[in-house]
Amino acid sequence: MVRKLVAGVLLALPLVVTASSGGEHLEQANTNINSQASLQRGAQLFSNYCLSCHSASYVRYRRLADDLGLTEAQVLENLAPTTEKIDDMMVVAMLPEDAETWFGVAPPDLTLVARSRGVDWLYTFLKSFYLDDERPTGWNNVLFDNTAMPNPLWQLQGIQAAVFEERAGHASLAGSKLVYAQTEHVLSGLEIIEEGIMTEEEFDQAVNDLVTFLEYIAEPSRIKRESVGIWVLLFLAVFTLFAYFMYKDYWRDVK
Amino acid sequence: MGRPANAFSRSMGNLGQWIDDRLGVSAIWAYVMTGYYAPKNFDFWYFFGSLALLVLVSQLITGIWLTMYFKPDADLAFASVEFIMRDVEWGWLIRYMHSTGASAFFVVVYLHMFRGLLYGSYQKPRELLWVIGMLVFVALMAEAFLGYVLPWGQMSYWGAQVIISLFGAIPWVGDDLALWIRGDYVLSDVTLNRFFALHVAAMPLALIGLIFLHLMALRKVGSNNPDGIEIKELTDAEGIPLDGIPFHPYYTVKDVFGVGVFLLVAAFIVFFAPDLGGQFLEDANFEPADPLNTPDHIKPVWYFTPFYAILRAIPLKAPGVMLMGLSLVMLFLVPWLDRHPVRSMRYRGWVSKLALAAFVVSFIGLGYVGGAAGSSTLTTVARVLTVVYFGYFLGLPFYYKCEKSHPVPERVTKHG
Repeated sequence: MVRKLVAGVLLALPLVVTASSGGEHLEQANTNINSQASLQRGAQLFSNYCLSCHSASYVRYRRLADDLGLTEAQVLENLAPTTEKIDDMMVVAMLPEDAETWFGVAPPDLTLVARSRGVDWLYTFLKSFYLDDERPTGWNNVLFDNTAMPNPLWQLQGIQAAVFEERAGHASLAGSKLVYAQTEHVLSGLEIIEEGIMTEEEFDQAVNDLVTFLEYIAEPSRIKRESVGIWVLLFLAVFTLFAYFMYKDYWRDVK
Repeated sequence: MGRPANAFSRSMGNLGQWIDDRLGVSAIWAYVMTGYYAPKNFDFWYFFGSLALLVLVSQLITGIWLTMYFKPDADLAFASVEFIMRDVEWGWLIRYMHSTGASAFFVVVYLHMFRGLLYGSYQKPRELLWVIGMLVFVALMAEAFLGYVLPWGQMSYWGAQVIISLFGAIPWVGDDLALWIRGDYVLSDVTLNRFFALHVAAMPLALIGLIFLHLMALRKVGSNNPDGIEIKELTDAEGIPLDGIPFHPYYTVKDVFGVGVFLLVAAFIVFFAPDLGGQFLEDANFEPADPLNTPDHIKPVWYFTPFYAILRAIPLKAPGVMLMGLSLVMLFLVPWLDRHPVRSMRYRGWVSKLALAAFVVSFIGLGYVGGAAGSSTLTTVARVLTVVYFGYFLGLPFYYKCEKSHPVPERVTKHG
């Protein structure tokens, strides 16, 4: 009886946990780190649009060549700044002090950002920039309000502007006073006001590639981990089966 | 069931005999394995002792390999972990085995402790066995906490900040004690260095010593069983318990099967979900420690959250810390709180069963609340669950008075 009760509670727990998690709305990135083509395109985008400000200082260029199916020459030519060597790390040339002066905050290292923020967050973030005259960079972001980062991909995406909705104010009680709120401006969506190089589908694919690459550099051993894992589980399944028969055989005489 | 007089020399030949004459290996083997008679009716809950031992060995071995590359230096620690994950051959596997092993240790130890509560394994003459086990648990908590600080990520840093500050709540000596633990006014390189020393040398030695004592005490008093019957009371002419079977080979082969099932689950996590959705490796810990930037939501790893929830249930720090300490003290006192004449839950009445079920619900509930971002509703829930948690222990002396127990059989019942 007790055991069933305990098992029931243990089984129900994950449901409770999932039901109560929530928060901001994120778009699905649907990345596939096993696609070398996607990784290669993502690496190119990262090198062109991110690496000028952000480092990925735990990533070695040689590892990219190995995992992305590129030659060392291709990596150095297309992905690395001219002075870099194949065993160097993806470190940015910009000085952190300069960065702080320009942006107010040094751009974070991106090696592990896919693990700390999650791929869906990155995907949504990169698609959510809009023009905002009140920000020093001229850009703001729906997901990360008042971000210090300007939109790096605007030439590809085009320029987005915020669409505001007028919502009638409703009366509310502040202390003992009834307050009539004025009409509110609520950000209800984004619209392209200047076309970019890419169509919307092309841009979604580009962001997907970039996020795929970020996911890969956050854990380059993942591809190997999962392919080895299958064999380990198969071995253990066979091992456990034999162990079970051995156990039953030894225990035949226990009455 | 015949036990070989000298298995060691038989398998090792003359050299084995030579060594055995001088070391007495076979006598020790016979004492702890082939001559140790365990009840034949162990069930599912009896796998977790040997599994805890397996995880200990795995943690020791993977830990030794990690120290070969890890750098206990505030400027280098985070990067050295990433070096292990990327540039060391199979380093990612060693690291994931170690990080998953930490959580697995608590899973098996919690289930092992629950077994004790379920079958009354702490009752006379096993009080000291239980208390030593509790010391192992406390040492394990210290070891896990120290280890969690080492990668020097955001949650390592801020989690340690919070936990060390708890010592500051102790009256009179608190602040000096916290300072002494940190070795600095803030958590710093000095702290990281000493935590490394404690994690890789001091605490493992303490754990091994305590676990040795735990097993010594077990050998002396013998295992309890799901029926809660003392098998030593019914023996044959040679003094062998009628319901006992030699630990080796019977329980060694059974435990090998248990090991297989356990490893299937553990390997699935290591290879396919090493973060386990942010529970085993927390998202925020993939950012390097930043003393100037406090994370939004500081929380301990899942295995500490029940106790953390009890701490947070009290709005004042010092009483909160005291209550959290008491929640552990209660577990130590179980052998003396429980006055039930019947040992196993199988033959206790419904009051005992309901109380234990309520305790399990409160512990899991507190674990959930302790890991969630604070809110007034959850604080209320935490308070209710804290009352249930302590209520279980405070009721232990009285449950038998309110219920009718079932008759306990003379011999163990047939195993499943």
